[in-house]
Amino acid sequence: MPETITWGDTIFSLVMFLILLLLLRKFAWGPMMNMMKEREEHVASEIETAENSRKEAEKYLEEQKKEVEKARQEAQSIIETAKKTSEVQGEEIIAQSRREAERVKESALAEISREKEQAVAELREQVGSLSVMIATKIIEKELDEKQQEQLIEEYVKEAGERL
Amino acid sequence: MDHHLPIVYDVFGIPGLHVNLSNILMLTISAIIVFCIGFFSARNLKMKPSGMQNVFEWLIDFIKNTITSTMDWKTGERFFGLGITIFLLILISNLIGLPFMIVTAETHTVWWKSPTADPVITMTFAVMVVVLTHFYGIKMKGLKEYGKDYIRPMPFLLPLNIIEEFANTLTLGMRLFGNLYAKEILLTLLASAGGASVLGFLAAGVPMIAWQAFGMFIGVIQAFIFLMLTMVYMSHKVMDEH
Repeated sequence: MPETITWGDTIFSLVMFLILLLLLRKFAWGPMMNMMKEREEHVASEIETAENSRKEAEKYLEEQKKEVEKARQEAQSIIETAKKTSEVQGEEIIAQSRREAERVKESALAEISREKEQAVAELREQVGSLSVMIATKIIEKELDEKQQEQLIEEYVKEAGERL
Repeated sequence: MDHHLPIVYDVFGIPGLHVNLSNILMLTISAIIVFCIGFFSARNLKMKPSGMQNVFEWLIDFIKNTITSTMDWKTGERFFGLGITIFLLILISNLIGLPFMIVTAETHTVWWKSPTADPVITMTFAVMVVVLTHFYGIKMKGLKEYGKDYIRPMPFLLPLNIIEEFANTLTLGMRLFGNLYAKEILLTLLASAGGASVLGFLAAGVPMIAWQAFGMFIGVIQAFIFLMLTMVYMSHKVMDEH
């Protein structure tokens, strides 16, 4: 234990304490606390930014999903329309070809009948002229019945061959 | 074994102004160490802290937590500088006496020791703290409220409250001094025993190491207690007690 109270120490330590306090504030914890506060603010702002961008991303994702859904629906509807159109078109094509075939057939039939009529008319005409010819010949020769018959047959045969 | 203190009497010719040069020296060294720790920790501050900056920021948070455990931060913020300075200075002062002790051979004058092992220094800090608590008490609550605190919760407790103030001051300073003085005494004893003979060295070596470890523990704990009590007394004076 000290035998005397050293008042000088008291004064010295107080002064030194004050100086140390001021120096530490100026050089150590003053700037450091500012930095800590700054960092706190920085972190807070960063968190906020991250939160915002996350929200934005979510929003975009939602939008994209909707867009995809819409596109899918559109595609579906396009396919359906195409199917319907093709069906209608196919039916139309079939009907048209059927009609065409019918028409062709009909015209062919008409042609055939016309040809036939023509042929018959021609035949008739020839038969007429032949008959006239035969009759002329018969009259010219004045043949007997038997000969006549023979002649007619001959001419008919001839006509038949010529037909 | 009889150590002397390097006391200079009547400095500058002023009667009664005695100075213990050992205290002056050790306090100055402690203060320089504290300043260096603070200065080099804060030398290049970065947003992303590393190394010493981390340590010092942890320290700042620690002091902050200690203050907020006794009062709210809005009131306590102004005591932060006081807290961190007193904590670091006492901590370094406590630890500085640990590794060795320098005593001159001829006169047995102690030069290197913990400055906090001197009651004058510890009482100086204690009185400073208590005076500051009174100062802030009057400043923040007004003289009337401050005065009323002496008759709370009952008027007849006035003498006890007054005694309490002196008791607080005395225990605050003496606790620190007692712990550190005991540490120094035992270290000195062990060191002289170890230096006396080979046998003594072997016998004193292990207790020496153990006591140094314990001394470190005491140093940290006492610095923390001093800080804590400072803040407790401070909050006692500046906060409304409801």
